[in-house]
Amino acid sequence: MSSQAEPFAELPIAPKPPLRRFHQARWDEPIIFELSKTGRRGLAVPEAGAEKVELPESVRRAEPPRLPEMAQLHVLRHYLRLSQENLGVDLNIDVGQGTCTMKYSPKVNDQFANMIAELHPLQHEDTVQGVLEVYWRLERMLAEISGMSRVSLQPGSGSAAIYANIAMIRAYHAARGEGHRDQVITTMFSHPSNAACAKTAGYEVITLMPDADGYPDIEALRAAVGPRTAALLITNPEDTGIFNPRIREFVELVHGVGGLACYDQANANGILGITRARDAGFDLCHFNLHKTFSTPHACGGPAAGACGVSPELEPFLPGPMVDRTDDRFTLTFPEMSVGKIRPFLGVTPNVVRAYAWIMAMGAEGLREVAETAVLNNNYLMHKVLQIPGASAPWDKRRVEQVRYSWQELSEETGVHSEEIGVRAADFGVHYWTSHHPYVVPEPFTLEPTESYSMEDLDEYAAILAHVADEARADPEFVKGAPYNQTVHKIDMTPLDDPKQWAPTWRAYVRKHLRGEPQ
Amino acid sequence: MSPFTVGLVVNPVAGLGGAVGLKGSDGAEVQREALSRGATPQAANRAAHAVRTLLSRHPATRIVTVPGAMGEHSAQASGAVFDLVGLPASPVTTPADTRAAVIALKDVDLLLFAGGDGTARDVLDAVRGLGVGAPPVLGVPAGVKVYSGCFALSPAAAGFAAADYAASPRRAEAEVVDLDEERYRHGRVSPRLYGVLAVPADRARLSGRKTGSSSAAPATVEGIAGEVVARMRPGVRYVLGPGATTTAVGRELDLVTTLLGVDVVEYQEGRSRLVASDVTEAELFALVNGHEAVAVLSVIGGQGFVLGRGNQQLSPRVLRAVQNLVVLATQQKLAALNGRPLLADTGEEDLDHKLAGHVQVITGYRESTVYRIAAASEENL
Repeated sequence: MSSQAEPFAELPIAPKPPLRRFHQARWDEPIIFELSKTGRRGLAVPEAGAEKVELPESVRRAEPPRLPEMAQLHVLRHYLRLSQENLGVDLNIDVGQGTCTMKYSPKVNDQFANMIAELHPLQHEDTVQGVLEVYWRLERMLAEISGMSRVSLQPGSGSAAIYANIAMIRAYHAARGEGHRDQVITTMFSHPSNAACAKTAGYEVITLMPDADGYPDIEALRAAVGPRTAALLITNPEDTGIFNPRIREFVELVHGVGGLACYDQANANGILGITRARDAGFDLCHFNLHKTFSTPHACGGPAAGACGVSPELEPFLPGPMVDRTDDRFTLTFPEMSVGKIRPFLGVTPNVVRAYAWIMAMGAEGLREVAETAVLNNNYLMHKVLQIPGASAPWDKRRVEQVRYSWQELSEETGVHSEEIGVRAADFGVHYWTSHHPYVVPEPFTLEPTESYSMEDLDEYAAILAHVADEARADPEFVKGAPYNQTVHKIDMTPLDDPKQWAPTWRAYVRKHLRGEPQ
Repeated sequence: MSPFTVGLVVNPVAGLGGAVGLKGSDGAEVQREALSRGATPQAANRAAHAVRTLLSRHPATRIVTVPGAMGEHSAQASGAVFDLVGLPASPVTTPADTRAAVIALKDVDLLLFAGGDGTARDVLDAVRGLGVGAPPVLGVPAGVKVYSGCFALSPAAAGFAAADYAASPRRAEAEVVDLDEERYRHGRVSPRLYGVLAVPADRARLSGRKTGSSSAAPATVEGIAGEVVARMRPGVRYVLGPGATTTAVGRELDLVTTLLGVDVVEYQEGRSRLVASDVTEAELFALVNGHEAVAVLSVIGGQGFVLGRGNQQLSPRVLRAVQNLVVLATQQKLAALNGRPLLADTGEEDLDHKLAGHVQVITGYRESTVYRIAAASEENL
């Protein structure tokens, strides 16, 4: 025993090694529904002296909801375990989510969000004036930040916001008797949700490829626009981190044929307080509140998106909107509204968090966010480009992110970018390469926002440099990674097979336990 | 269970001409010239590198090869234990030797060959002769010209791909293209499509994706074909150029069209018609002259040629007679052009210039791009 046992630390305690000796937790935790035992209860003690409430029969459920029945300790333990089986923004240097843009969400804002947790979405507006005021004030702030006249806060995600924008574009053209416009133009390095949402809405999608300088080819746009053009959906800076300096010309070309221009500002971290969508002539734009205004991503939702529009598009906004009269706030439905993008007002806790964050920052603070995000990105780029085998194609200045390439390293070692990202997870960080098709070969995209410190960025770059060294010394070893993670290689093919999907416990029981047909 | 067996064929003179500026190594005379200019053969080392990588990843692999410089030397250099098939070692290697080696190794699970596009053509010829029982192949890039889709990115990548194939034997098709070296030496790049080879499907290893997507190449080709057919109108003649993508259009119409030839089809709801197959220029002209016609063309090889390479049947007078050009390419293929334009070389510079500008390229179902096309003579290749 003693010969194999690790000793207690010798004093004084040795300094930590440069790279973390990380190991991911594996609790083998069941799904919470499997932990349920009939009759188990947690205890929520009522407020002292609170009157007993008897629900009228008309609103009582005939059957109780089929929720898991558990004691408080087991609930707490379950979620703490799950939280350890994670690499979220609160645990790792989360700069590599590949255009998902992770920034810190200050915990004080969760406390504000908790203050509205007991509101019911069907409460009469007279009883929720405070929340309506938060919606109205956040809308005004985002209108100022984007230059747009009105902003809907209803979408539950960035892609839902893009879809809402597409729905408004379609309604706008239909109202003008121009429903024949069936083409949407986007660019290869715009966020892919733009093409996806346009396609979902039934549009034919024309994707402009980058020219030899890495900019979307403006001559191709000139050839693509025409009477069938409904809109241009474009990100700027694009996912390469390169800002398109001719963006105003792009907008004018589309306007010239009667199309609308829609700006994807999901990640506006590089431009807050520096440039505005409306000032470049855009008709619509959207923000992801979680990418830019510090609300949680919530692991696929509900997050929050915001759609900004020019005066011409206001009648088509999703409803309800919050309007201010002389002495109160009220819900209104725009006259030609595209309808609801999600139930009720929106993801109210995130609206409260984003409001609190912007109020804490102030206008100068928002600009400082942009300057810090750009500085962080350029600092990290300087470090990454010192790693042999890493490059940033097109040799252009970058704003808030960079799409790098491991092409040189990969050709030398046979190790792919995905494999380097997975090996990085052995050190408690990771990156994600969801950049198909690989226009930049062997890509990886890093986007440090303002949240990360210089030490964070140094650590991240040191991990990449170490893994690149490993790839040269022993490519097999890198390809065999991860070693300190609990999940190893994942076969992605089920993602393309709806028969295997089980988005809810009920669907899982139905499809995979009872084997019922789809 | 018998072990995973990999055959190895090396074209020992592949790549000889490159470093000494000869732009290729086809033919004994060029090879002698290259050696006299101080070229050192690299193909053997590159093949050995691929085999070493394969064995480190999949040690249970059985290597089989042919005597001498066409395999044995590389297998030795890799440190592998290997078997030889009986074939006389030839002091000077020729395309016929490559073909003979491939035929001798026909029973392997995967054939690894080191060389360039010329070698790939020789392998293709031999594989065609073997018919449906032929093994899939994978190229180790060792030539000056490596434009064909059957090559891995690097020797190490070939080793890894071979090892992955042992674990997951799925196949895909890859195009073999080559260019005329004599013309290439005079600054004219003229790739031609020679055919397709079965290669290991490049498994989407750890492609971390946000959501499921149909980014796999075959689905995209089917999507492109679906979009072409969705745009077809009855009464119009569609000229399908050579290539795997245009062949998929034929499949979508339930028609058997040729991979390397030019075919003419007419669309009808439910029953489309193959008007003519593998036509000559004169036959094609007669079919499109005075008839509404659209040319459907794919992009050949890595240089972006749309006209003038492997589809010379679409002569200037044919192109003047057709009303429209539809170009087909996956986004991956366009991405590989690195921003360079598509190219037209019809044989008439005036016509090339008229065609120059931007052309719509169908990249998937309800998906397209608008891409620059230039006269080949204008481009500094």
